[in-house]
Amino acid sequence: MLRFVVSRLAQAVPVMFLIATATFFMVRLAPGDPFADEKRIPEEILANLRATYGLDQPLAVQYGRYMRNLLRGDLGPSYKYTGRSVNEIISQSFPVSLELGLEALVLALLLGLPAGLVAALRRNSAWDYLPMATAMAGICLPAFVLGPLLALVFGIWLGWFHPMGWNVASDRVLPALTLGLYYAAYIARLTRAGMIEILSQDFVRTARAKGLPEHVVVLKHALTGGIQPVLSFLGPAIAGLLTGSFIVETVFFVPGLGRFFVNAAFNRDYTLVMGTVLFYAALIIVLNLAVDVVQAWLNPRAREAMG
Amino acid sequence: MGNDRTTDVATNPAPRARADGTAGVPEQGTSLWGDALYRLRRNRLARFGLAFSILVTVVSFIGPYCTPYSYDATDLVYGAQSPSPEHWCGTDTLGRDVLTRILYGGRISLTVGFLATAVSLVIGVLYGAVSGYLGGKLDAVMMRAVDILYALPFTVFVILLTVAFGQDLRLLFLAIGAVSWLTMARIVRGQVLFVRRQEYVEAAVALGLGTPRIILRHVIPNVLGPVIVYATLTVPAVMLLEAALSFLGLGVQPPMSSWGVLIKEGAEKMDIYPWLLIWPAAVFSLTLFSLNFLGDGLRDALDPQGARD
Repeated sequence: MLRFVVSRLAQAVPVMFLIATATFFMVRLAPGDPFADEKRIPEEILANLRATYGLDQPLAVQYGRYMRNLLRGDLGPSYKYTGRSVNEIISQSFPVSLELGLEALVLALLLGLPAGLVAALRRNSAWDYLPMATAMAGICLPAFVLGPLLALVFGIWLGWFHPMGWNVASDRVLPALTLGLYYAAYIARLTRAGMIEILSQDFVRTARAKGLPEHVVVLKHALTGGIQPVLSFLGPAIAGLLTGSFIVETVFFVPGLGRFFVNAAFNRDYTLVMGTVLFYAALIIVLNLAVDVVQAWLNPRAREAMG
Repeated sequence: MGNDRTTDVATNPAPRARADGTAGVPEQGTSLWGDALYRLRRNRLARFGLAFSILVTVVSFIGPYCTPYSYDATDLVYGAQSPSPEHWCGTDTLGRDVLTRILYGGRISLTVGFLATAVSLVIGVLYGAVSGYLGGKLDAVMMRAVDILYALPFTVFVILLTVAFGQDLRLLFLAIGAVSWLTMARIVRGQVLFVRRQEYVEAAVALGLGTPRIILRHVIPNVLGPVIVYATLTVPAVMLLEAALSFLGLGVQPPMSSWGVLIKEGAEKMDIYPWLLIWPAAVFSLTLFSLNFLGDGLRDALDPQGARD
């Protein structure tokens, strides 16, 4: 197991190196300049600004210095948030995204699991069609349509929540709902399919034949197997929730990493863009590894395959 | 998930053998495409999807010539009117006709969807076909590269592309097409692994045809079914991406119109002028629904045994 983890981490090193290099050159060779759009800056000050950030040096020198700093875990200073380093911005804003993502996940499970379960048990009834039609809509409706609509209805018309912001506890509800609904819908569909398959198996028939009450059959015998697809979806879901909150954070003015990333792309804040891309890539690599380890731990057959 | 599907199609890709349960005479009278068309016609959702997609496309491309307004003509005297007989979907705060802007935006959104899909189609099919047909070490390396790209968060990558190519919209969406071919490549490779063991390919090799010619003339035409299905599903996915980028202010820039731009403008003023959000959002969502229904219908029609998730 340890060997597996170590070899996977070793594989990640060249991948991260490639990503860092590609990101650096893509961003640097792009037309435009982080300071160009600030009008009325005298030429000398502009030159000074470039010199401060080392942008007057040849590209190769800049690249060398960037990589050297990277090895020390230093992502450099932000060009737009003067006086703040990229490390600082990430360490302050990522916890917000993390909180939002986890709340969305909890919400998705609380909504998706029961809905899928009920749909599977009352198959082809209104209890099945209504949640599944809603789930289909939840999968198709993009966050930038759903978010403003939720803000309009619950924030402005009904006045239950603030339409934007991240100050009081109730401000978490609408963003988490917008982010989590897609995953809730997916989990509901997975639960339904998994339960329907399990409920048709022999051991469930045996349990029923023994005269066990239906709730025992469902909750004790069928559920553990039926939610397996959901468990294996949790890994990708967490990754998606943590790296996919740009839109939700923009709609509701949540001060998370996603919004900083979008602003950085908008403002051509090169170091912040590069730093965030690398951070997200590393996050995904670690998450994927964690998912594999957990799966191996749960499933002995996969453990053997890993050696 | 993509992986499962690839093997699935590779091991039993024979929609034509199981046409309609008339065992023994597998191919009498009906072709693969005839069967597929028959099944597609019977699928009500897919029929609705097809009809609505065609309607939206036609109206978006012809409509802007028929409305008496221009997409960027402002009229501050008539700013932000609710829907009326003159302006069916109302006007925005600058007095621009919302219906005209929706039609015009649809033209851009649909063009982007089809263009980027075409790019991803060409790259994905060629990549997958070469990898699957040549096999061996090359295949292993090519698929490992796909795995690595797969592991990267896609939206993050696309936003990075907007920084690099954001100056020119056409370039940006070519770039999006150039990075959304991964699943296509996997699907095609799985299919090709099966096709290349077929007798007609052996025959082509025995005839001494060159590899590029075999791949283009004999392998690719025989893997088209799943390719068409996946391409149909890529169009809405790309349109969604375009709208998301425009919504974030990184894609199409005002005063140009696209559905993402309109939803963004609507979301900013929804508290006072809700129709600015509701109309574009409704048209956009319905179009996405339709294209997805059509794609699902095509999948069921062309690959009736395929696993449905």
